[in-house]
Amino acid sequence: MKKEIICISCPNGCTLEVDVEKGKVISVKGSECKKGLEYAKNEILNPLRFVTTTVKITGASLPLLPVRTSKAVPRGLCQKIVKKAAKIEVKSPVKIGQVIAPDILSTGADLIATRSLE
Amino acid sequence: MPKQFDILVIGAGVVGAAIARELSRYRLSIAVIEKEEDVSFGTSKANSGIIHSGFHSQPGTLKLKLEAAGNRMFDRLSYELEFPFERRGELMVAFSEDELQILHKYYQRGIQNGMTGMELLGRERTLELEPNLNPDILGSLHAPTAGVVGPYEYCFALIENAKANDVEIFLGGKVVGIRKDGAHFEVETDQGESLTGKFIINAAGLYADEIAKLAGMSDFRILPRKGEEYLLDRRVGGLVRKVIFPVPSEKSKGMLVIPTVDGPVMVGPTAVDIESKTDFSTTRTGLEAVFKNAQKMVPAIRATDIITSFVGLRPAATGGDFIIGKTKVKGFINAAGIQSPGLTASPAIAEMIRDILKDEGLKLVKKDNFRPERKGAPKIRPLVEKMDYTAIEKLIAKDRNYSRLVCRCENITEAEIVAAVRSGHTTLDGIKFSARACTGRCQGGFCTSRILDIIHRETGLPIEKISKKGKGSEILLFKK
Amino acid sequence: MNLKYDIVIIGAGPAGLAAAVSAKKAGIDKVLIVDRESSAGGILNQCIHNGFGLHKFKEELTGPEYAERYIDLINGTDIKVLLDSCVIDIISSGNEKEVIVLSEEQGLLRISCKAVILAMGCREKNRGNIAIPGSRPAGILTAGFAQKMVNLHGYMPGREVVILGSGDIGLIMARRMSLEGSHVKAVIELQTHPGGLNRNIVQCLQDFDIPLYLSHTISEIRGDRRISSVEVSPVVDRSFPDRTRSFNLDCDTLLLSVGLIPENELSLKAGVQLDNVTRGPIVDGNLMTSVDGIFACGNVLHVHDIVDWVSEEAEYCGRAVASFVKGEIKKGREIPVRTGKMLSYTLPSKVEAGKPAVLSLRVLAPLENLYLCVRTGKDILYKKKFRKIFPSIMQRISLKEVPEDAQYLETYIEN
Repeated sequence: MKKEIICISCPNGCTLEVDVEKGKVISVKGSECKKGLEYAKNEILNPLRFVTTTVKITGASLPLLPVRTSKAVPRGLCQKIVKKAAKIEVKSPVKIGQVIAPDILSTGADLIATRSLE
Repeated sequence: MPKQFDILVIGAGVVGAAIARELSRYRLSIAVIEKEEDVSFGTSKANSGIIHSGFHSQPGTLKLKLEAAGNRMFDRLSYELEFPFERRGELMVAFSEDELQILHKYYQRGIQNGMTGMELLGRERTLELEPNLNPDILGSLHAPTAGVVGPYEYCFALIENAKANDVEIFLGGKVVGIRKDGAHFEVETDQGESLTGKFIINAAGLYADEIAKLAGMSDFRILPRKGEEYLLDRRVGGLVRKVIFPVPSEKSKGMLVIPTVDGPVMVGPTAVDIESKTDFSTTRTGLEAVFKNAQKMVPAIRATDIITSFVGLRPAATGGDFIIGKTKVKGFINAAGIQSPGLTASPAIAEMIRDILKDEGLKLVKKDNFRPERKGAPKIRPLVEKMDYTAIEKLIAKDRNYSRLVCRCENITEAEIVAAVRSGHTTLDGIKFSARACTGRCQGGFCTSRILDIIHRETGLPIEKISKKGKGSEILLFKK
Repeated sequence: MNLKYDIVIIGAGPAGLAAAVSAKKAGIDKVLIVDRESSAGGILNQCIHNGFGLHKFKEELTGPEYAERYIDLINGTDIKVLLDSCVIDIISSGNEKEVIVLSEEQGLLRISCKAVILAMGCREKNRGNIAIPGSRPAGILTAGFAQKMVNLHGYMPGREVVILGSGDIGLIMARRMSLEGSHVKAVIELQTHPGGLNRNIVQCLQDFDIPLYLSHTISEIRGDRRISSVEVSPVVDRSFPDRTRSFNLDCDTLLLSVGLIPENELSLKAGVQLDNVTRGPIVDGNLMTSVDGIFACGNVLHVHDIVDWVSEEAEYCGRAVASFVKGEIKKGREIPVRTGKMLSYTLPSKVEAGKPAVLSLRVLAPLENLYLCVRTGKDILYKKKFRKIFPSIMQRISLKEVPEDAQYLETYIEN
């Protein structure tokens, strides 16, 4: 079965034609780089996304600290991760890259700070 | 125990405010009852801001008499109360021989009313005065006594001065019951407030007929007439100096090109009779009509220069004229049906009401300690425009908050916003109308978050409770 | 208070930061950046999503991470950053410039310098600009303002959201609002094609089952105190709403993502001439405006879609300003740059013969199967094939050298 998807690995947004048979990706056409192939395989069988959101921070110049997952996580867990992050409160100062919540929801991805705040 | 007063003024638009301020000269206890969250939030906030030159209305009407009288009072008022007012003058322009004839009629009327300086101009002189007018214009009527004013600043200044002279203002409560109890009226609001007064002045604008009905009278109806106006980018502010009028129709003064006292040009209003007192929608047909008419007079005007639009509902009364006077209910006095030239007439209406009260037996004894002057917060914008940096440094030395620019488009500082909040304006619209923030190009894109912080800091109101124009219009619904 | 600097940069967003670093590297001594916000980073601070830096850093960073890369570079130098400060005027007299600043900390400042770089970015188009008929209730916000309140301050505008405009800001906010628990009912787009990147259609709309209505607009806003619904109509002839086929969407929030306008009020005050199409300053090959010594880069010059190119342009500008301050700019023969059919603009509007040039341009409409070319009167200097090309993606063309004898450059499309 052929499926057409848009690759989101980079802003180019190439349109990929993916051939899937019995739950396995047979071929990927239309990608301009290796990332596209990786993405196509995952997207059909197990779509992954980066999650970017905020956590609360006290004692800083702003009430929120922006964070992201250290790697892409299963798409179905995005909402849950955001909900969990909303309940987290950290104390300033925080350095960019600092791990806020390791292995969030057992995805293997850490929630890391994307900004230094104090 | 209801609060007791001599006078209850219902409605805090320009009419109610002018009446309250005028009466505050005398030893009377006065209350103003306003249903909205802030004063001037009814028809007065959508006013075109023109002080008319005493010839627009029909002879024999209260409108004409009070327009002429009111016009003359604005120099003194703007000096005492510090609101922006400029006597720019107006040009009523004619495109045909027939229209030129009509100009003559208005010219005569103005002269009869004692309006000085009126003159009929030919094409050349007209274009000399206003080079951006359509060169097809044949001539114009120049009335130098017309002016432009900041309508909300005027209303706020009146109320602030009235408050400084012991008038009490009750906001956010609509009058739902009026009962006559011997020589007193007892008035109830939907917030459970109860007030008594010897006299009621009905200055309730769009709802003046409903207030009269509560007192047992149905002599007139208010028939809303919608007017759409469009504000243009400051960049084209220099297109005209004077207010430009077409030759008017029966229904309205026509769609104008107005150089607002703040600087930007405004075009409109339309004039459409509607049923609803709450229909404030702008329309595509309204926009098209306004721009067609504006471009006829000033060809350089473009709809792409619009930065915002708004709608006002004129509280026209059956019969067409102002309804000012005593009624069959002793002590209940109308100041109703105040559509254009209501703003111009307002100080004269106030004096007329004062005289009516006197006739009705109210003792008017002048206060010794009446304070006629009201000082507004100093503004930094004119200093920035004049590049008067020494004056700016002086302001900053007096108040640190003058060094913090909040509204970047219009050059409004934190000091001015704080002054507005401390004067009682705690909604974004109230701040907009009093301090003029959010009225520029970006329409609040940059300054809104800062203004929310300032209101929160000054009043303790949680951010999610701060509203555009009162309960139900909160800017942000909830905290994450 | 009077201060003296070599260069004053207005705006500490990605353009201002990159220009400062680049000017310093090129040998300028005293560099000052002025910004009206409380932190450097500009709009990037509220863009907490990723997608930045793929070209510059070969990594996909979030907005704040991208900004912090440059802030770190600044911290390693003596470049001064003055925050909570607003520039209210730029006065040119002879070779000197005077920048007047209202600073929260220091009061009124009069700063003299040799050159100024305009890097103020953009403001958002709002409801007034597009004159949507209807009432004016609360609940109508620009997408950028909503983004600031949600991501920096922690407040949600509402629960039932409609978004007008499918540019990247609108799409990103569709996702953000959904993740934060609101119900985004639809994204309405006037054009026949989405305004933002394809990847955002996937991860912001498809992932959340948010319908996208192309060739539609909002024909009326309803609601008294707060917005209660919008009337959505298909458009005829690219802009006229056909209200006979309209439908209603109940909502309590309308986010507007309807375009950006370079923020050039200050530039106008300084006497700088603006271009009608880009709405930014007209500049030469050194990114210098019509006023000697005033330069411009980043979104204030023309709206960019990828921050990496903002940084490149700003770095180029920083070097050019450095040459200017050092008196090293030898102006070659300037020739005009013309823009051909189907292209909306080309920047800069003039280049120097015999020197390299970088041209930025956009097409007017989505096109397929074409060549994008640059030529002089005689030679074709550049020809690139495109299967698909969109107005939403700015094209950058680097020319090694504009021929010495060229009389003009022209950018054009060939089938």
